[in-house]
Amino acid sequence: MANDYILEMNHITKMYGSNAVLRDVSLKIRPGEIHALLGENGAGKSTLMNILFGMPVIHSTGGFEGEVLLDGQKVHIASPMDAMAKGIGMVHQEFMLIPGFSVTDNIKLNREISKPWPLSRLLGKDLEFLDTEAMARDARKALDDVGMSIEEYTLVSGLPIGHMQFIEIAREIDKTGMKLLVFDEPTAVLTESEAQQLLDVMKSIAARGISIIFITHRLDEVMNAADSVTILRDGQLVSSFSKADTTPEKLAALMIGRGSESVIQVEKRTRELSGNTAMTIRDLWVNMPGEVDKGINLDVREGEILGIGGLAGQGKIGIPNGVMGLYEAVGDVELFGQKLQLQNTDAALKAGLAMVSENRRGVGLLLDQSIENNIAFTAMQVKGDFMKGFLHQKDTAAIRRFAEQMISELDIRCTSPAQPVGTLSGGNQQKVCVARALALKPRFLFVSEPTRGIDIGAKQLVLETLVRLNREQGMTIVMVSSELQELRSICDRIAIVAEGKIVDILTADAVPGSSPSRCSSWQGC
Amino acid sequence: MLDRNRVKAHLEKYIVTYLFIALSVLFIVVSGLDINYVASQLLLRLNRNAFIVLALIIPIVAGMGINFAITIGAMAAQIGLLLTINWGVTGVPGILLAAAITLPLAAFFGFLIGKLLNKMKGQETIGSLILGYFANGAYQLLFLFIFGSIIPLNSNVTIVGASGVQNTLNLTGSVGLYTAIDGIAHIPFQLALYLFCAVLALAAVIQFVRKKITRGRLIAALAVAAVIALVFCIPAVANVVNGNHGRELKLPLVTWLLILGLCLFNSTIMKTRLGQKFRAVGQNQTVANASGINVDRTRVIAIMISTVLAGWGQIVFMQSEGIGTFQTYAAHEQVGLYAGAAILVGGASIDRATNLQALVGTFLFHSLFITAQSAASALFGNSAVGEYFRAFLSYGVIAVALIMYAWHNAKQKKAGQLNLAEQRAAKN
Repeated sequence: MANDYILEMNHITKMYGSNAVLRDVSLKIRPGEIHALLGENGAGKSTLMNILFGMPVIHSTGGFEGEVLLDGQKVHIASPMDAMAKGIGMVHQEFMLIPGFSVTDNIKLNREISKPWPLSRLLGKDLEFLDTEAMARDARKALDDVGMSIEEYTLVSGLPIGHMQFIEIAREIDKTGMKLLVFDEPTAVLTESEAQQLLDVMKSIAARGISIIFITHRLDEVMNAADSVTILRDGQLVSSFSKADTTPEKLAALMIGRGSESVIQVEKRTRELSGNTAMTIRDLWVNMPGEVDKGINLDVREGEILGIGGLAGQGKIGIPNGVMGLYEAVGDVELFGQKLQLQNTDAALKAGLAMVSENRRGVGLLLDQSIENNIAFTAMQVKGDFMKGFLHQKDTAAIRRFAEQMISELDIRCTSPAQPVGTLSGGNQQKVCVARALALKPRFLFVSEPTRGIDIGAKQLVLETLVRLNREQGMTIVMVSSELQELRSICDRIAIVAEGKIVDILTADAVPGSSPSRCSSWQGC
Repeated sequence: MLDRNRVKAHLEKYIVTYLFIALSVLFIVVSGLDINYVASQLLLRLNRNAFIVLALIIPIVAGMGINFAITIGAMAAQIGLLLTINWGVTGVPGILLAAAITLPLAAFFGFLIGKLLNKMKGQETIGSLILGYFANGAYQLLFLFIFGSIIPLNSNVTIVGASGVQNTLNLTGSVGLYTAIDGIAHIPFQLALYLFCAVLALAAVIQFVRKKITRGRLIAALAVAAVIALVFCIPAVANVVNGNHGRELKLPLVTWLLILGLCLFNSTIMKTRLGQKFRAVGQNQTVANASGINVDRTRVIAIMISTVLAGWGQIVFMQSEGIGTFQTYAAHEQVGLYAGAAILVGGASIDRATNLQALVGTFLFHSLFITAQSAASALFGNSAVGEYFRAFLSYGVIAVALIMYAWHNAKQKKAGQLNLAEQRAAKN
């Protein structure tokens, strides 16, 4: 019996602890179709794909509910290897290529063609000699299929980034028995003409009967290449329909959702801004992997809350990281009229800057240390606060006092200030990060993705805290966020970043919410 | 044609090697030693050490750095030799027996080492060094206490009136293991060299006819062969090795067949599926894992092979000319250190090594080793300085290699940054 669908994922629910990241999501893919999977960051796309590939992170966190059907048969996908064996392939966002290997060696990696000889018959396949000629032939064919004219024996390390994406694809289609290919934001690093070529390749692959799941943020590509569309938002299925029934505006509205209501209600500013400039950024280039900036120009007014929005990978997160010296950066930055030395985090902190990092478990926190130590650590190191006596010992009493004050002000839910931060929930960890930045008594605060991965209640509290700091202490705040509603709720102005540059600065009222007409500029396409 | 950047990159890569060439020449001149004597000593040390140094290559290719735990392979070989002596097996059968005992022991130890190193990825070099020291304790327990009391041994190898193995075991005379491999056949060094050149030229021509190599490489290979052959036709050079003045250098044929066999093994295994796995794992574990290669297993296999080869290398070392005794508690101690230093001197790094680098490195490292003492007494009037210098040399080389590696990585990072500034300038 022929099946209508090559892949069905039915009623998938996935919990991380008590936090549901997917709730009753279904995905159905027909043979030979290109199916676009859309959603903002954190909507649950990657979790859904992790389930499809049987990633260890899914199994080690208690598995999932729901069923996966391949060709109408219920299957259990135990590991990425298992998924591969069942004919599911992935074109990765970050390249899974070995630079020191030739194109052929990469395409045939761990699927080498080899010839047996007496000893290998005895001791196993591992000792068979590689049949380099046959491998080169296969690689050539796969490269021709994706329209690449590069020589199959060149080393990958010397190739332009755009070519690497096609080599990845060549590797996937060279595999036999491939039924379903997942493309995870394949055009993010490509030039326009390369992206067009890639869409053409995808269409020709689909025409050969291989289904494609196409994850992207670029709606024009969806309209160009996809046959049908599934949209996720906040871990729930919003809609699933054929492309013919929709327009880019409709897609954008469905992805962003939530209408136009604010996340929190903010009182109007009582005093006018002084009109002074807190920070000027001129021609800032930042080399942060995946968030590259190519010439940012931005003025931040003293006392305002400036939002920076834009899609993932366009460079909005690169701005605070570049200014703070966490990644390579060149450019001219002035803070309150003083020139700021780039690539020197210590100097940035001493100049009165502070940052709440988007990478709170990596950069932001010492997970094994107590809450109070985390809060005090940077201030102790950079400014010599919380020290006493002539040998500069740690002033534990002062640290405790400040920590307790922060715990009550920010409502950090914990057993005591001595609790290790690693045991706190994501929202409370984020509050500790904010407290740590406040311990520096900054005049200028960067907040990067402060609400990523925390629940709605904690979101509101973090946002309220930012507003209070701004209103009561006059702190200038720059907040980077992928969530437009958040930015709209608290920011005076919002700068939109696309392709490493500021493309637009809007006042909060003028930002498109659910109004579809401006959505395409928000999408940066 | 000579690209300045390429020359610079080459010099940077081989700076330690060139430094050692310069030092070697300087030391030979300063020491005032007879060149014929230096050459004969050097040949002796190449015979002994080349095999062990070559055993380091596979783990380096597999991304595990310098496997200092080859010391443990040497210990396995010493257990094999002890039992061989104990049972009174002599000559070639004795060597084969010792090698046969070494194989399962070293493979088992290598398995355990590999398992442990998998738990400390990124620190394998230091990890294996410490592991070698730790194993030394276990080795002493085994040889001092367990052998002789729990595992019975003949009285001729145990300490008189106590348990445990004697401090020094004789390999000569009736024990019959001294030069058991070296002594099988000798050919004059000069003849061996001409034979080598002929084989090299022939192999190059065959490869060219079969279209495996380009014309340029054929010419290069033929030129190298011709130059070596011609240089040794010059009487002054030939006299260094042919015995017209001083001793004639003779090559132990079987030992060198083993060494060349190991070179062939190292390069052949890289052409198999397993070799491809070694290289993939060595270059990027994440990618290797994503394509379904069992990274941990591959690394364990690399260490197992290396440990077994090092064990056999230790047997080659122990039987070689000029050794004659088995220092029961010390013979293995410097194995890892000297072999590691030698391969680094040859221009290998923590993540890249070839047969040629191993052989050249052994040659250079030991040429300094031989001349250091005489050079020191000539320069400072004190031969003890030379002794210190040897220790300084081996540890220093390893430290320099580690620093160069870190420096190189930091520079690459910096190159990315320059790029950013250039990009910006280009845009404006």
